[in-house]
Amino acid sequence: MSESIWSEVRLVPRDSDPATDTGYEDHPPRLGFFTDTSVCIGCKACEVACKEWNGVPEDGLNWTGRSHDNSIGLSGDTWRHVAFIEQRVAVGIDDGGPLGDGGVELVTGPGNFRRGEDESFRWLMSSDVCKHCTNAACLDVCPTGSLFRTEFGTVVVQADICNGCGYCVPACPYGVLNRREDDGRVFKCTLCYDRLQVGQEPACAKACPTDSIHFGELSELRELAGERVQELQDAGVASARLYGHDPADGVGGDGAFFLLLDEPEVYGLPPDPVVTTRDLPAMWRRVAVAGLGLLAAGSLSFVGARRGAQG
Amino acid sequence: MKTPRDLLEIWPVARQLGGADRLGRGAAVKSKGSRERVARTRTADRVVKSVCPYCAVGCGQNVFVSDERVVQIEGDPDAPHSRGRLCPKGSATLQLTTGSSREEHVLYRRPYATEWERLDLDTAMQMIADRVVETRAEGFEWESEEARVRRCMSIAALGGATLDNEENYLIKKLLTGLGVIQVENQARVCHSSTVVGLGTSFGRGASSTLPGDLQNADLIVLQGSNMAEAHPVAFQWVVEAKRRGATIVHIDPHYSRTSALADLFVPIRAGSDIAFLGGVINHVIQNDLDFREYVVNYTNAPTIIGEAFRDVDAEGLFSGFDPGNGEYNPDSWQYEGAYVEAASGQRDQAGHLEGIPPKSGSAEEEVDRGSASLDLTLQHPRCVWQILKRHFASYTPEVVERVTGCDQRTFAEVCRLFVENSGRERTAAFVHGVGWTQHTIGSQYIRCASILQLLLGNMGRPGGGVMAMRGHASIQGSSDIPTLFDTLPGYIPTPHAHAHQDLDSFVLSNAPDKGFWADMRHYVVSLLKAWWGATATAENDYCFDYLPRLTGSHGTYDTVMAQIGGEVKGYFLFGQNPAVGSANNRMQRLGMSKLDWLVVRDFSLIESATWWKDGPEIESGEMRTEDIATEVFFLPAAAHTEKDGTFTNTQRMVQWHHKAVEPRGDQRSDLWFAYHLGRMIRERLADSDDPRDRPLLDLTWDYPCEGPYADPMAAAVLAEINGYDADGTLLSAYTALKDDGSTACGCWIYCGAYADGVNYTARRTPAGEQNWTCPEWTWAWPANRRILYNRASADPEGRPWSERKKLVWWDEAEQKWTGLDTPDFEATKPPSYRPPEGAKGPAAIAGTDPFIMQADGRGWLFAPAGVADGPLPTHYEPQDSPVRNPMYGRQRNPARQLYIHENNRFHPDPGGPGDEVFPFAVTTYRLTEHFTAGGMSRWTPYLAELQPEFFCEVSPELAGERGLTHGDWATLVSARGAIEARVMVTDRMTPLRHGEQVVHTIGMPYHWGPNGYARGDSMNELSSMALDPSSHIQEVKALTVDIRPGRRPRGPARVALVQEYRRRAGITAETGTERRGAAETGVPS
Amino acid sequence: MTARRDESGFTSYYGRPIINPPIWEELDIGGYLFLGGLAGSSSIIAAAADLTGRRAMARASRIGASAAISLSLLALIHDLGRPLRFLNMLRVFKPSSPMSVGVWILVGYAPLTFGATASEFLDELPDPMGRVAGVGAGVLGAGVASYTAALVADTAVPAWHGGFRELPFLFVGSAATAGAGLALAASPPGETVPVRRLAVAGACVELVAERLMERSLGMVSETLRTGPAGRKMRVAKALTTLGAAGAALAAGRSRPAAALCGAALVAGSLCTRLGIFEAGMMSARDPKYTVVPQRERLQARQAAEVA
Repeated sequence: MSESIWSEVRLVPRDSDPATDTGYEDHPPRLGFFTDTSVCIGCKACEVACKEWNGVPEDGLNWTGRSHDNSIGLSGDTWRHVAFIEQRVAVGIDDGGPLGDGGVELVTGPGNFRRGEDESFRWLMSSDVCKHCTNAACLDVCPTGSLFRTEFGTVVVQADICNGCGYCVPACPYGVLNRREDDGRVFKCTLCYDRLQVGQEPACAKACPTDSIHFGELSELRELAGERVQELQDAGVASARLYGHDPADGVGGDGAFFLLLDEPEVYGLPPDPVVTTRDLPAMWRRVAVAGLGLLAAGSLSFVGARRGAQG
Repeated sequence: MKTPRDLLEIWPVARQLGGADRLGRGAAVKSKGSRERVARTRTADRVVKSVCPYCAVGCGQNVFVSDERVVQIEGDPDAPHSRGRLCPKGSATLQLTTGSSREEHVLYRRPYATEWERLDLDTAMQMIADRVVETRAEGFEWESEEARVRRCMSIAALGGATLDNEENYLIKKLLTGLGVIQVENQARVCHSSTVVGLGTSFGRGASSTLPGDLQNADLIVLQGSNMAEAHPVAFQWVVEAKRRGATIVHIDPHYSRTSALADLFVPIRAGSDIAFLGGVINHVIQNDLDFREYVVNYTNAPTIIGEAFRDVDAEGLFSGFDPGNGEYNPDSWQYEGAYVEAASGQRDQAGHLEGIPPKSGSAEEEVDRGSASLDLTLQHPRCVWQILKRHFASYTPEVVERVTGCDQRTFAEVCRLFVENSGRERTAAFVHGVGWTQHTIGSQYIRCASILQLLLGNMGRPGGGVMAMRGHASIQGSSDIPTLFDTLPGYIPTPHAHAHQDLDSFVLSNAPDKGFWADMRHYVVSLLKAWWGATATAENDYCFDYLPRLTGSHGTYDTVMAQIGGEVKGYFLFGQNPAVGSANNRMQRLGMSKLDWLVVRDFSLIESATWWKDGPEIESGEMRTEDIATEVFFLPAAAHTEKDGTFTNTQRMVQWHHKAVEPRGDQRSDLWFAYHLGRMIRERLADSDDPRDRPLLDLTWDYPCEGPYADPMAAAVLAEINGYDADGTLLSAYTALKDDGSTACGCWIYCGAYADGVNYTARRTPAGEQNWTCPEWTWAWPANRRILYNRASADPEGRPWSERKKLVWWDEAEQKWTGLDTPDFEATKPPSYRPPEGAKGPAAIAGTDPFIMQADGRGWLFAPAGVADGPLPTHYEPQDSPVRNPMYGRQRNPARQLYIHENNRFHPDPGGPGDEVFPFAVTTYRLTEHFTAGGMSRWTPYLAELQPEFFCEVSPELAGERGLTHGDWATLVSARGAIEARVMVTDRMTPLRHGEQVVHTIGMPYHWGPNGYARGDSMNELSSMALDPSSHIQEVKALTVDIRPGRRPRGPARVALVQEYRRRAGITAETGTERRGAAETGVPS
Repeated sequence: MTARRDESGFTSYYGRPIINPPIWEELDIGGYLFLGGLAGSSSIIAAAADLTGRRAMARASRIGASAAISLSLLALIHDLGRPLRFLNMLRVFKPSSPMSVGVWILVGYAPLTFGATASEFLDELPDPMGRVAGVGAGVLGAGVASYTAALVADTAVPAWHGGFRELPFLFVGSAATAGAGLALAASPPGETVPVRRLAVAGACVELVAERLMERSLGMVSETLRTGPAGRKMRVAKALTTLGAAGAALAAGRSRPAAALCGAALVAGSLCTRLGIFEAGMMSARDPKYTVVPQRERLQARQAAEVA
């Protein structure tokens, strides 16, 4: 194959405009989510609103004891998942310093409850969702074209195409996609593609009571997120950081990114995700070499071998 | 016929090669399905404006209808209070209303039958009508203790907070016509103490402000409220305030999702809030940190109390306590030289007709109730300020720490925050919920917060007030238009049985001289005209005699005792599930098992409908289904999307929801049920000449009907509630009401909702087009005022206290009050106005009196009337507490209301024998994912899967002490029952130190029961019937239990376990009652 | 429960995997990897044997290739959630998807293989045609035998993606031993010299590649050395080594020995594929195999930035 195609396969983020890369001449601006977990109240309205709109089936009564998380994780039947993390943190490390002269550890944001001598307690909540990566492995590896890039730059599974080959499942670096067992096909967040097409915001963002889930043009969301993280840093929430906002990261930046208050793995997110197809050209080259090697070895081993002789 | 070219077009590979998407990852591979799918919100035939049916935030909903089916329900972006957002419950409304868990057909259980059978709707209605007529005839009484009562004690009803105002109105009207007084709803068990606390303090028993106003606060103290979980969408305003720099403090025994967003979480022991707030009050008074100009002018701080009053003594008793019956005579709490009536709470009990006490002093005071004498210097030893100062002096930081478990440094910080965030430039707001109300001293919790807010000058101002978060779609409405025994619509007290009481003496004994309650006669006569129309004339006292009379407390727990005692034979349940939601579930079921008939109207087969076949007493063998005579009718109810009507939300906003579709099968609205049941009963008695049937037959009962089911028109009912004059013109304000029979009005405080024939409750001007008070979004009582007492947002001269906090002010040029909100004041009464000598009613309210419903126009720091257990809040321990009361001799509220019954035993005194048997404190709360007793969430799969099982939350410390394992089971036992729950070990629960004693608290949500999709034991199997005397609300927010690892025993062994615990604790009928030889009766004592 | 870091500082969300483990059945896809290799290399051997007049070996290898590719196609279809939609695979051609590329290769390979095999039985078919088909199958066979390395490496599965440099060689080595093993077992000793050479070469490549892969996997190589995967890999190495050694030394002398060695080589190849598959599953199920390497990578990068 020609070098030009390889450069495209290599998926080097150019203008993080995946819609153009995938054949949409004039298309709407890229849309996405910015989930600000610092104001998430763990109400799970996003989970329910998503299921109601998309007709995602209820997937069983399963009390996990993992704080208030009984949805377990993202799957074919859970497209929004609220994580609950109960933590003890060293006082003054993860939270802001004393406010006022009361001498009490009065902190802005989580970590507001002294528990034990030098520890304070905090309860982190975060609504996880498909990241709609700029460079989406699930989409790249899908052999049927069921997974495709929309004009909004989002990544959607087309249920009328998917044949449940399951390749996208291990390809996703975030563990988003999974097969719906009784159905055989794979499902995930569509960022409410049908709503976007008629100018409506996704069900989860619309329902979110505290505006933890922001929806909009990705460029604007990135600005908003920058301001918000600064606001929190200034307020003394040292642990506030953005995740998935950087177009230079391993997946070319997420279409759905987050403001977190601890390391990503604490929320069940990979600390440094990389789209597997970034290495695909190298793989193909080595496959080619190996294949030709086999061909050669197979042929050469016949050269000069005398018939009937005892080797 | 497709050409090869078309086929190539259909084959994405061809499109790949041809188009820009060479790698086949976008445009080229878009499928037919993706191209053709269109959002159902776009294709819907119509969008119907509605209101969420769950909690009292009343979020706006858009209901999308296609082919006469509801296809989507989501938030209404125009709604200013919810801004288009919905919590998980609101988001599940589509599944709730259109899902498969709703019953569609009438179910009938014959006496002694073991199974349900089908019954057609009309037959069921006819049978129910027959039962009512029959049972009423047996249970009707004309006199009780020589006093005329004219009532029916054999029928009772429960429920209404989930219904429309119009439905509550018809139910109350019909049952009153029948003489039934035992009419109650969720408001009793949720916020009745809020009504007493706020009503006596400020004049109205409802939230003084709106959640949207919290964004203006500089400090928000959430106490007794798990707002983020119980009211997530309203909590957006707390988050908004936080963004604007406000400090958020959560004070609670349990670290919840609310605490997670707070700047400071302050754990205190359940049941110790009065001590905590008392401590803050003491801090403010001792250090003169109050907003003095506000306090002197707007509160009764300067008012001098009569000589007879005695401060609380070492025992914890005020003057006027009768140890014999455990009740107070409040007369000694009265103002010097004046007699004031409370705007709420205890009214018409003592029958002050006999009643207006002889005044010592000069003769001219005899002509009226006098006017209070003030000492503006606040120096008089008997002025309220000094009494307050003395009363709270003992609430020192040391005592606060000892009682609440809150260390003094944190307490000092909270005090600092209060003081620094109050005054001219800043305001602090309180948010409370049932964490404050459900105590044996609940009304005084609310009083305590009211006192602090008055001292700090936070009432009637932006970002101030006391935000009462109520829990059902129309629980505020079912308090305003009460399906409650002790009030008539608009908080008019239900008359008690007093010898020869007529309308005049009733009004005389309940209406004060000053303020708008002085016009009570206008409201009462207009109500009587609305109910009995032409029959009500001046000659017959407007049928005042038709009103059935009270003889004491007839609350829902009295009804339970009366059921057990065999007096109540018939029972209606309207969307309420007492077998899970009310205290002491066992007593609830025992009561129902004694009924002749029970009518349950609900969506699904709740526990209160099926106890006869699968209740715990059946499982334990104490009851046999075959022995239970109760006849049970289950009637499926219509949903809010299937009927017109109004809900009144937590901010007094009366919101119309439009019918979107017709209900299915036998599902009908409660409006339909009440109206047609009434029609059928009236038909049966049409020819009766028995005078007891006059109130029923003379009722105005002719509402226009419409639709396939002949539904009465809700608009017509709302019009009657609004009121009309002699020629049928709809009235525009309650000031237009007359006491000469020329006006009729079903609920005077709702007058104006339908002004001049315009349904203002259906008005929906988008949030963006108005200021933050959103005066044009539907309608709020009273008179569309959004923030009550807003006159107090201006100084005595009528100028805003500060630019930053301006709300309503006096416009000198216009000579009227103006501002961002409708003034809660006579629009043209200047600040300079002083009432002439002997002025009465509104005219007696000075231009500087912001609390226009109060008998003296002032906020009550000290309540001379209305609160049954003292003029000032005093810390007593809960009925069942692990801690001895360190402040007073009396361990518990001396005036609390108890029911002595074999199945309602109490726990031993701490420090006494057997106190080690139930060593742990318990507090209860809501989870975001569920709703009250579960009827609208445990059957809804999308909600059930989010919180599938009942669990109890314990600290790692307690888990270690008791060998509890995270994720395993635990058994919890009280003297009332034993339940099992999954163990959630969490740092969110924390042990608290009280002096030498360490108290562990166990947290439990109360949503579960044995029925439905998500099942579990009900927490209320453990709770007891011990009530607040002013409001008759039960104590379920603080009790004690024992906890042990493992599942509870099954069958008879479960009961045996409870018996064993009682034996070990040496529990008798006297235990916890401070009374020797307490009788085994249903009589509250 | 309060979350606590373990001493190594590693944290996870209640120990839940970060990526979703493949939903592929071990027998379907593990088997597919093996059969693809067997088929591919057998086609090469068959073509070469045919050209060098080793009729018996050509015939056996052609039959083996056809059988293997038929089974592998069945396995592939059987593993689909919606088998009836298998043909959707032909909707698009995606160079970014090894599965798509593989399917298109099979589209060319399978008919040629069947054709070549058919020519063994149908005298109507002129030999040259069978020969041409056989050569074609042999060429494409190299692709069939090797692309599966990209198939598994092109995922977020730590043990697979982390080994993408070595896997292609490991797989063709394994394919070679399998094909050679089959040919060795099924051909008269007189014809087997070439495949014995091939077996030895394949085994060497496979074993070396495996060792290199373990190195580049770092801590993730645990999954290749321990547990069920470790067992399979050890068995595989033993069988492959024995088979190759036997092929080099003994197989020329006795037919039974050849059969034994051939079987060992085939079995060894199967174990290798199943072991690799198993290791991938293990590495996906435990979050530490995702988090720790990424953390190290991140820290290295940050260190580099600082420097």
